[in-house]
Amino acid sequence: MPGSPPNVGGGGSPPGDGRASDNGGSDDGVRIDMISGARMEGLTGMEKIRLILDGVRDGNIVILEEGLSPDEESKLIEVTMTEISPDDFTGIEIETYPKAEANDQSFLDKLMGRKSAQKLTVIGPANRIETLHKDENLISTLVSRK
Amino acid sequence: MGLLTNLKDSISRVTDGLFAADEPKRIGIYGPPNAGKTTLANRIARDWTGDAVGPESHIPHETRRARRKENVEIERNGRKVTIDIVDTPGVTTKVDYKEFLDHDMDKDDAVRRSREATEGVAEAMHWLREDVDGVIYVLDSSTDPFTQVNTMLIGIIESQDLPALILANKTDLAGSDVQQIANAFPQHETIPLSALEGENMDEVYTKIAEYFG
Repeated sequence: MPGSPPNVGGGGSPPGDGRASDNGGSDDGVRIDMISGARMEGLTGMEKIRLILDGVRDGNIVILEEGLSPDEESKLIEVTMTEISPDDFTGIEIETYPKAEANDQSFLDKLMGRKSAQKLTVIGPANRIETLHKDENLISTLVSRK
Repeated sequence: MGLLTNLKDSISRVTDGLFAADEPKRIGIYGPPNAGKTTLANRIARDWTGDAVGPESHIPHETRRARRKENVEIERNGRKVTIDIVDTPGVTTKVDYKEFLDHDMDKDDAVRRSREATEGVAEAMHWLREDVDGVIYVLDSSTDPFTQVNTMLIGIIESQDLPALILANKTDLAGSDVQQIANAFPQHETIPLSALEGENMDEVYTKIAEYFG
């Protein structure tokens, strides 16, 4: 629909729709939202951050196929900080594979403002996800129920 | 009238440019909590101005507001470099007030400190995107540098094309491993130092003049 905000979640019970009852907030398990690069592509930076934080605040683990740009990561930290509140939300745990160095970008890429390839990113509530091991090929995390 | 206005704007732009070249560069001191950022800021400020920037503490998030020390004039090899030092709160993605309870604080104080800490981190990120001309990134060389916060922050700094100097601090500690930091960020030069003991500050000042002069 022209002019209307994008439906960031899609059909069914989408991530970020505010309905926490059937997700990681339940005692039955932990909900994992795996979000494709294609779905993120049409969103603004703030929409991406909202999508991530709404999911994480519901207790979900969010996995992004293509991660965020450095500027979006910076804003994610900033917005996360503004939402932390005692006994409710203590922030996020975030892990990506070590990125290809900025030096890997060609001169033309830099000139054209093209971003280097982003890598898979895992984000979860800080009180429920713990990184056990991380190297350039493996991220091992422990996810706990509340 | 339009011609005069345009001429005035042009002159203003040229004079602004001339003065901007002489203005001190704002150099943000960034890094994770407890890396020794304020100890370094105080060391630099005391060495060149005689004043301190702020209180130091082993309790995380002692610095909860960005603090600026203006017009720090560093002289190196017969050349003067003037910078404003911006000491920023340690960057993190999580703050839990309960971690402060281990430092002899009651709940009210811990909650207040955590709230101020979150505001400080948000402020530090804003400074990084908008208001600094260069970055001194401070790491505790006795801890693992391969953390997500370090990776993200270095990525953010690089994406803004800011000149960045990486300092491997706390070389006075037994577990210090400077090479580990050099390996983590091979695209940057790593300078070892102990801001607390004042070790290797000569090289630090030479590099500050080189990077930010």
